[in-house]
Amino acid sequence: MSAPLLSVRDLRVSAGPLDLVDGISFDLGQGEILGLVGESGSGKTMACRALMRLLPSRQVAVTGGRILLGDDDLAALPEADMRRLRGHALGMVFQNPASHLDPVMRIGDQIAEGLRLHRGLDRKAAWAAAIDLLAQVGIPDPARRARNYPHEFSGGMRQRAMIAVALSCDPGILIADEPTTALDVTVQAQILRLLLALREARGLAIVLISHDLGVIAQTCDRIAVMYAGRIVEQGAKTDILRRPLHPYTQGLIRCQPGEDGGGPGLPLPTIAGQPPSAGEMPAGCRFHPRCPRASETCRREMPAPHALEGRIVACHHPLTGEVP
Amino acid sequence: MTPPLLEVDDLVVHYPAGGMLRRREVQAVNGVSLRLEPGETLGLVGESGSGKSTLGRALLGLTPVTAGHVGFDGKRVSGRDRAGLAHLRRNAAMIFQDPFNALNPRQTIATSIAEVLRVKGEVPPAEVPARVAALLDLVGLRPDLAGRKPHALSGGQCQRAGIARALAIEPRLVIADECVAALDVSIQGQIINLLIELKARMGLAMIFIAHDLAIVRRLCDRVAVMYLGRIVEEGPTEAVFSSPRHPYTAALVAAIPSLDPARPLPADPLPGEPPSPLALPPGCAFHPRCRLARPECREMAPPARHDGERITACVLSPDEITTTQPRSMEP
Ligand SMILES: Nc1ncnc2c1ncn2[C@@H]1O[C@H](COP(=O)(O)OP(=O)(O)OP(=O)(O)O)[C@@H](O)[C@H]1O
Ligand SMILES: Nc1ncnc2c1ncn2[C@@H]1O[C@H](COP(=O)(O)OP(=O)(O)OP(=O)(O)O)[C@@H](O)[C@H]1O
Ligand SMILES: [Mg+2]
Ligand SMILES: [Mg+2]
Repeated sequence: MSAPLLSVRDLRVSAGPLDLVDGISFDLGQGEILGLVGESGSGKTMACRALMRLLPSRQVAVTGGRILLGDDDLAALPEADMRRLRGHALGMVFQNPASHLDPVMRIGDQIAEGLRLHRGLDRKAAWAAAIDLLAQVGIPDPARRARNYPHEFSGGMRQRAMIAVALSCDPGILIADEPTTALDVTVQAQILRLLLALREARGLAIVLISHDLGVIAQTCDRIAVMYAGRIVEQGAKTDILRRPLHPYTQGLIRCQPGEDGGGPGLPLPTIAGQPPSAGEMPAGCRFHPRCPRASETCRREMPAPHALEGRIVACHHPLTGEVP
Repeated sequence: MTPPLLEVDDLVVHYPAGGMLRRREVQAVNGVSLRLEPGETLGLVGESGSGKSTLGRALLGLTPVTAGHVGFDGKRVSGRDRAGLAHLRRNAAMIFQDPFNALNPRQTIATSIAEVLRVKGEVPPAEVPARVAALLDLVGLRPDLAGRKPHALSGGQCQRAGIARALAIEPRLVIADECVAALDVSIQGQIINLLIELKARMGLAMIFIAHDLAIVRRLCDRVAVMYLGRIVEEGPTEAVFSSPRHPYTAALVAAIPSLDPARPLPADPLPGEPPSPLALPPGCAFHPRCRLARPECREMAPPARHDGERITACVLSPDEITTTQPRSMEP
């Protein structure tokens, strides 16, 4: 295999004494789509914002590890160099588009800005290309809609505008944090097809965060599963979805609505208990208080990520040799 | 017969289109009628930009209504009658689509919720902190998050704070706009189970705006499908999803992503240019993208056809649609 485009090693993101992301490692190859899934609050957004070095406040900082992109370590790069890479080398679709679009700038201008900066288009050509991008993300009447301000868009239209802004900079790597949560399934399929086409056409690599395993199943090559600040399992999509090794991954799959065979009005399956918070991590494996397979070892020792059946798992009692 | 809890007649909401198009309007909601009984859950699904959030906000008087009428508890809400609106606001709450912007960024989430309780005035001040803690627990937020401001929370934590705030007034009606979209499946399950329980225990009525059709199928008694400002199909959830009678509903059902990693993305379910609420096409708004469109669809908007509990705004007969959409929702 050729060298990965992006290598993340032992990445740690902390808010004061709290580790929000606690040493995660993964690789992203050229043209590869990596799905990042996991419980709410497990650190998916923080990990991705760390890659961009766009953490939400001064209290939150990268406190360890390396983010290797080509010859650069993004974790140690001066801010001025980082600014050069943002947008073009690494583009980001934020989870809350409303806070990341400029409220007093027309949508079309926000997209055209990237096109001028990164593709060297003049004003007129950039505006025309912006309208074309809006059409590609399925905004009706794009020539007129380009003149709207973000508050005049619906939730899902803002989300698509955000995607157009990120794509306008022609990124080599796109980090997409829940990019389709506000979209109906047909528009969602259109956006996912667009991302797949960009991957085919120019080797765009994507980190896709989503709670929807259906979306992950249809787009990703590999999946990494996060729990309480760590990656508990990562590997090829088909392996993970068909035969999860970590009990948390198995729980996630079992909880997909519509997959449990239950009918209208019946409660949905859940994983018993609540995820821990950064200040009060349990000793040993962080999933053990909720894990049906937990043993004495799990309560004492943090399981180290190790290779198993073609993937990497951090579990003392993985679900090997079992048919789910 | 008792009047329904919520009654909506021919509601229209237009926004002025800004910029150079002053005379044009965004026709966000174009004549929506619906009824909701106490304890009933209506799913509202449909294309992004079809007017779901606008409709939800207009029902609670949070967006000016262009025409039409909303009644709550037998009292008229729209128009100049302030009493009707005040009554509605005491008994109905909205969970907003964008969780970060729904909460005051300068307040901790505990303060936001406490404020709602104080305004409502039914919980004695001394009991407010305990009640706030109970509400946070109800939505699965740990007590150590209570003192955080929205920007120090994850997307899903913020969304749950919004749900806790909406439930604080013990509403009889909740309009939930994509309220579980940012949650992982386990917490999503907990919230849906909570809503199912509140519905059974307190007769909570709900308009549940969502694009996750599997959840709508689980939670909602009825579903209404919106396309470009209109309800194109409405009926009992199971019936609508298992045998859609409008081609747009059929396209939605066919595009539900599957967990099967071997199944590729569906081929373009809706080809062609999406029509715009700035310039509605004549006739049926869906006809430019409809594979089954007939000449008359270009000329006349199809009237709503009633058949038992099902309502469809389409000239095609039900079997013409089901035969072209063989895929069911079963995995
Ligand atoms: N400024 C902050 N100070 C302390 N903790 C913070 C701060 N910002 C975020 N957190 C915490 O960091 C953890 C990780 O947050 P993150 O946004 O990465 O979660 P996530 O996996 O993206 O979740 P979701 O799926 O809900 O978006 C959360 O538990 C959150 O409460
Ligand atoms: N404040 C506003 N000013 C002008 N136009 C608006 C405003 N709010 C919404 N619109 C327009 O009204 C239409 C309906 O928007 P709405 O937010 O109701 O859609 P929605 O069905 O909730 O979509 P989504 O699923 O993407 O959230 C869209 O075309 C949108 O651009
Ligand atoms: Mg997040
Ligand atoms: Mg909306």
